[in-house]
Amino acid sequence: MISKEQILKIAKLARLNLTPEEEASFSPQFSAILDYFEQMSEVDTSDVLPMITPTEMEFHWREDQAKDWNMGKEVIEQAPEKSGNLFKVPPVVG
Amino acid sequence: MEFKNKSVFELKELLEKKTVTSVEMTKYFLDRIESLDQDLNAYIQVSDKALDEAKKADDKIQAGEKGRLLGVPVGIKDLLCTRGIQTTAASKMLEGFVPPYSATVVEKLQSEGAVVLGKLNLDEFAMGSSNENSYFGAVKNPWNKEYVSGGSSGGSAAAVAAGLAPVTIGTDTGGSIRQPASFCGVVGMKPTYGRVSRYGIVAFASSLDQAGPLSRTVKDAALISEVISGFDENDSTTSERSVPQWSASINESLKGKKVGLVKEYFESKLHESVQEQMDRAIEFVKEAGAEVVEVSLSLSRLAIPVYYMVATSEASSNLARYDGVRYGYRSNFDEKPASSLDDFYERNRGEGFGSEVKRRIMLGTYALSSGYYDAYYKKAGQIRRLLAEQFQKAFEKCDVLMGPVTATPAFKLGDRISDPLEMYLNDIFTTSANLVGIPGMSVPMGFSKEGLPVGVQLMSSSFSEQVLFDVGSALEQRADIWKGLPNGY
Amino acid sequence: MATKNWESVIGLEIHAQLATKSKMFSSDSTAFAAGDNENVSPVSLGLPGALPVVNKQAVELSIKMGLALNCEIREVSRFARKNYFYPDLPKGYQISQYDEPLCEEGFVEFYVDGEKKKIRIERAHMEEDAGKSTHHGGHSLINLNRAGVPLLEIVSGPDLRTPQEAAEYARTVRQILRYLDVCDGNLEEGSMRCDCNVSIREVGAPKFGTKVELKNINSFRFVEKALEYEIQRQIDCKESGEEIFQETRLYDSTKNKTFSMRSKEEAHDYRYFVDPDLLAVRVNEAWVSKVRESLPELPLARAERFQSEYELPQYDALILTQEKALADYFEQAVKKSSQPKATSNWVMTELLRMLNEEKKEISDSPISSDHLAELVLMIEKKEISGKMAKQVFQEMWKTSKSPKDLVKALGLSQITDESEIEKIVDKVLAANEKAVEDYRSGKTKLYGFFVGQAMKESKGQASPETLNKILKARLDS
Repeated sequence: MISKEQILKIAKLARLNLTPEEEASFSPQFSAILDYFEQMSEVDTSDVLPMITPTEMEFHWREDQAKDWNMGKEVIEQAPEKSGNLFKVPPVVG
Repeated sequence: MEFKNKSVFELKELLEKKTVTSVEMTKYFLDRIESLDQDLNAYIQVSDKALDEAKKADDKIQAGEKGRLLGVPVGIKDLLCTRGIQTTAASKMLEGFVPPYSATVVEKLQSEGAVVLGKLNLDEFAMGSSNENSYFGAVKNPWNKEYVSGGSSGGSAAAVAAGLAPVTIGTDTGGSIRQPASFCGVVGMKPTYGRVSRYGIVAFASSLDQAGPLSRTVKDAALISEVISGFDENDSTTSERSVPQWSASINESLKGKKVGLVKEYFESKLHESVQEQMDRAIEFVKEAGAEVVEVSLSLSRLAIPVYYMVATSEASSNLARYDGVRYGYRSNFDEKPASSLDDFYERNRGEGFGSEVKRRIMLGTYALSSGYYDAYYKKAGQIRRLLAEQFQKAFEKCDVLMGPVTATPAFKLGDRISDPLEMYLNDIFTTSANLVGIPGMSVPMGFSKEGLPVGVQLMSSSFSEQVLFDVGSALEQRADIWKGLPNGY
Repeated sequence: MATKNWESVIGLEIHAQLATKSKMFSSDSTAFAAGDNENVSPVSLGLPGALPVVNKQAVELSIKMGLALNCEIREVSRFARKNYFYPDLPKGYQISQYDEPLCEEGFVEFYVDGEKKKIRIERAHMEEDAGKSTHHGGHSLINLNRAGVPLLEIVSGPDLRTPQEAAEYARTVRQILRYLDVCDGNLEEGSMRCDCNVSIREVGAPKFGTKVELKNINSFRFVEKALEYEIQRQIDCKESGEEIFQETRLYDSTKNKTFSMRSKEEAHDYRYFVDPDLLAVRVNEAWVSKVRESLPELPLARAERFQSEYELPQYDALILTQEKALADYFEQAVKKSSQPKATSNWVMTELLRMLNEEKKEISDSPISSDHLAELVLMIEKKEISGKMAKQVFQEMWKTSKSPKDLVKALGLSQITDESEIEKIVDKVLAANEKAVEDYRSGKTKLYGFFVGQAMKESKGQASPETLNKILKARLDS
């Protein structure tokens, strides 16, 4: 059972405001989903390495060459708020 | 001249023979979109550069230049970045965002001369199985507008089905190409993980996402897969293997081939029309010379929990960049200033994302959080490996697996949206291919009593796509429905 | 009062910017001088769809440093995502090696007050830097030029016991980084940063106390000062019965104090997981061997060799090997001069003093190692006196000319030719007959007067030794 408090805690960790409807519905929904997912515990997975990338591939590197992307201005022009060529945000502690 | 139900190969021939120009053909599709899409809602945005691109293609055709898709119009799921064209992922979060670069897939298509018609609707951030989660509204099923198109590549499937594009690009994280293809009666192909570059595609789940074509014919799907596949130095998870000329090597005779039927898939409750089409498909492959064998994938029953844990965990991190700092949606802080940095993030993200996206980000956040990681994320990764081993064993017994795409044909709009778990369970047959990285394809077989399309799914081992195109073509030939268009289109 | 009962336990986390041309996971430049948000790409901007690709050189430099720190190099290491929200962290996560770092279990040795210390290196792992936020009261501004710059985080064991030791450890790590050209070690430009973990416990207590992390320390002097302050603060806390909180504190160098970063330390949950956009980094034995072979002689080994090969005191050897370029300079000079100690003296006193005064690097020294060796040899051959040499050195510094040329131009060469000095002596004695008589009748104090006169006559160029010999012989005959 995922309580409403837990829902709010997770939302906080994920930095998400929830609407009142979401606050109300997520708790039973998460409970149902996670209950269903509980089936996973039936499988014995001791000594099994978790799989990350599902297919076999060779590692490949990038050689250390610098390139001018010429992209900063184009992106900053679309920024929600800017100052010169810098992104602007409300004051942050730091 | 009508192009609406022509294959890419047919259109290519018309262009090559100069029976029609790319501008005429492009205009034809743009006109159809204009007059028919209002209601269908397959496109989020039509490209204002399409006619220019078509003109360029025509110049090249005139100059005798070649290109595997020279002058052919294509639609692109609005999850792929297109330089200079708004890319939204069907989210309020990215409404108005114009990327300064294009996805490798888009560049590959354009370098072969394809003309981008526009950007296709989807579930927000590709999270959904019905396309009802789009900020820009649901895509309707062209066969019956009271039904869903499927998702997340609903716009990509509906556009091909309705003749609003000869071919489109979708992405598939847990069935997002194959399921809407099945619901809309078109071919949908998800290549092997690592075949197609993910660079420039808005990430949902990095270890599962793969782009692929939705098309009228299997051969078209093979051609588009060829064009978009291949190693990309910008994506560390692309394979350096060479890309075969699948479309030129299709062999419809299945003599000597073994088609595996997954026991567990047939033990689950299938809608009668799905069962009926499966039975036809089995007859068809036998007719084509294949031997049918039974295989078992006992862990496939856990595909949903494993998939949703992996996908949401990766997504929770992949979607952290949408924070309203550099681009995208930002809440109105002039009206109500941010009380803290957290408040700034929580409002931007809380208002910019829709409910399903939030639900999945939170599920993933939970699965990765301290105290739950081992039971959820790690456990899922472990079962994923065991599942991959089962698939490997199955492919020792057969060349291709055949089964349903979904348990039912398309469902009604609004029917399942209120119950997320029920919606997730919809993906039971499609998610395994993503978890184990293998290619999968949905091929239209026929229609339900209600007139809704039903497809079958084919899967093969990693990097052996050819057998899918072979078996897919054999089925397509016998089903013989690919020229059909829904009423009103 | 009771401070002797306490001992501090210190561990350092040093972040070194790897000297690459491009970033850790993308090809945008790492150049320091750039316009705002100029060195950015889809990856460092955190654009939708951007994907990381590992910079090979960053890995190679990390292997190099790992080997120099006597670490094990993992054949398979992995990048993970550290998830947290901050405006200068464009992706909402930092890519960093977590439980499978490239380098593990090494050590570093150095001297503190003549005593050799051995400090464990727990790990050295690769990660990317964040961007830079600047705060302006009503808003903050974000520059992403630094976002994605490759870093090697070197984590020491909790083996350091005093602020002095900690500072010396940090200097040693910097020295090695610079020897290897892995990092330029520039603290002001932020290419090296140092966080200190410090706790106190009663001497002999088996367990560590509560650890406090100090950040924002941008010089080695401040490492020492910040730790001194913090240790005293913790002791004061303990002795007045207050609790020490596990927290991050910022060091303010102008006030020489540490401040708590947050009033309420929120519990972080970074939700680390392997980055699915990247495959495991595989480093084979052949590569490691190749890098190992390319390693230069490291500072401590070199200092020890200087002691044995050149018979230099430890003090000289340690100073001369502080910088690779300085040690190279010294060895080149010695090759020519064959006078290790004399050469060392000239380098350590005159040369380093001038370099310090004018804030120059050894590579910018106007005096070449060849010229310095020439000077040392001229003294040795008594072509010039030590006093003259200092004058010549000043001219060499100003003009970059060879000492031979300068001595000639300035007419400074020492007269060692006996016949010439005899002439001078004879001239002086002839001009001072009375004094010669007095001297010979016992007023030997007058000897100095004759030396002075002869020197004056020779314009100071007479070799004092030869002059003495001849003068004595003449007067006493």
